[in-house]
Amino acid sequence: MADKKAVPLGGVIPEGGTADGYSTGGWRKLRPVLNKEKCTNCLICWVMCPDSAVITEDGKMIGFDLEHCKGCGICAMECPDKVKAIKMEEEAD
Amino acid sequence: MAITMTKGQAGLTGNSAIAYAMKQINPDVCPAYPITPSTAVIEEFASYVADGAVTTELITVESEHSAMSACIGAAAAGARVMTATSSQGLALMWEMLYIASGMRLPIILTDVNRALSAPINIHCDHSDSMGARDSGWIQLYSETVQEAYDNLIQAVRIAEDETVQLPVMVCLDGFITSHAIENITLLSDEEVQGFVGEYNAKTTLLDIDHPVTMGAMSLPENYIDFKFQQSEAIARSKDTVLKVAEDFEKRFGRKYGLFEGYRLEDAEIAIVILNSAAGTTKVAVDELRKKGLKAGLLRPRLFRPFPFKELAEALKDKKAIAVLDRADSMNGFGGPVFNELRSALYDVPKRPKVVSRIYGLGGRDYKVKDAIAVFEELKTIAETGMVDTLQKYITI
Ligand code: SF4
Ligand code: SF4
Repeated sequence: MADKKAVPLGGVIPEGGTADGYSTGGWRKLRPVLNKEKCTNCLICWVMCPDSAVITEDGKMIGFDLEHCKGCGICAMECPDKVKAIKMEEEAD
Repeated sequence: MAITMTKGQAGLTGNSAIAYAMKQINPDVCPAYPITPSTAVIEEFASYVADGAVTTELITVESEHSAMSACIGAAAAGARVMTATSSQGLALMWEMLYIASGMRLPIILTDVNRALSAPINIHCDHSDSMGARDSGWIQLYSETVQEAYDNLIQAVRIAEDETVQLPVMVCLDGFITSHAIENITLLSDEEVQGFVGEYNAKTTLLDIDHPVTMGAMSLPENYIDFKFQQSEAIARSKDTVLKVAEDFEKRFGRKYGLFEGYRLEDAEIAIVILNSAAGTTKVAVDELRKKGLKAGLLRPRLFRPFPFKELAEALKDKKAIAVLDRADSMNGFGGPVFNELRSALYDVPKRPKVVSRIYGLGGRDYKVKDAIAVFEELKTIAETGMVDTLQKYITI
């Protein structure tokens, strides 16, 4: 029998950077919301985000890539106590 | 360890022969965790590494689970990888065995067959490799030290064949074969290197110009397609096993097939049995032949994939067959080889009677008289066409 669907051997994904094309944003229950007034641009959130979903421009934190942000809340947790510029809000609200 | 050869022959234990074959193959990576009775394989191979006789990276790990994990990582990086284990060690590798085969990594593992606990036992039976029979590994069984040595060298070619790309397990009997000295014919390093050739993995994690992801998740939309592909590959690996054996014979003169038949062609009754116990059975066959009984033996060499057509063809005219398993499936219905062989014979027009006999668990001796007793039972079954006991333990 011929292969019904030609799939790469052993489940190899034969190119790099493919996670970019996989929208994980749909898994999100909580959405991070940035308070620009409070943010000091320390970029701790950018370092800690496991999905590289914190967007920066010219060394400044400007928001979230909601196509990939899974809503884990790590950024909100890691944002320094004195600042607390990120709030997690229910997607449903 | 220095090996002295006289006219190309050397007296070696099974473990020494396996370690020597590994030295001659000179794999890129060998992650290992020693366990009785396969310890000496790694012990002697470690000496070759320490002496600079090989360029292998020996990775000493903290468990067999880690050993197989390291094998997978190294193979994914494009290395030729080998390891050895036994019993609980193989059991601890379980989870990773399926990952190795599913990722289509041609890892070579020597399993020196030993019983699984409990009770704790260090001696031979096949419950370890039989437990791994559905893990997607090709399994070759070896009767003698010579065959174990030859199988290991052939395993490299089988595993790495373009149409296969699957891991291979070479099994030999703990203590009986692993620790007994046998006079065997060794190949030269050049012959082994010429036979196995250089390994060039198609995709490797270290090829940064062509980045890939390996071991990714695959959900209902394609998991079954990967499994279908894997299933086809192991089924057709049977042809590769034969092709590689043919080339081995052409170069070195020793002939191997999917199974060995001993006085089988004109036999009316036959024992089917794996590994070293086949030698004992052959003595029984010879004794009974002298008395005019048409006894024969079939010893499967390849168990995974299961060569059901070829085995059925070889056994179709027999009147009665006993499949002797050195492992119990604990299913209330005989051993694993029995179940598969009996199923393979289902489509034969004049189905032979097939019974299951479980023997030698935990290293219990299997003697010529045990084989003779089975043949005598088979003789009665052949004469009467009646099976009294379908399955039972012998050597107890
Ligand atoms: S919620 Fe989690 S995934 Fe989303 S931006 Fe914050 S750290 Fe990243
Ligand atoms: S961790 Fe808080 S303060 Fe620092 S950049 Fe992120 S949001 Fe701004």
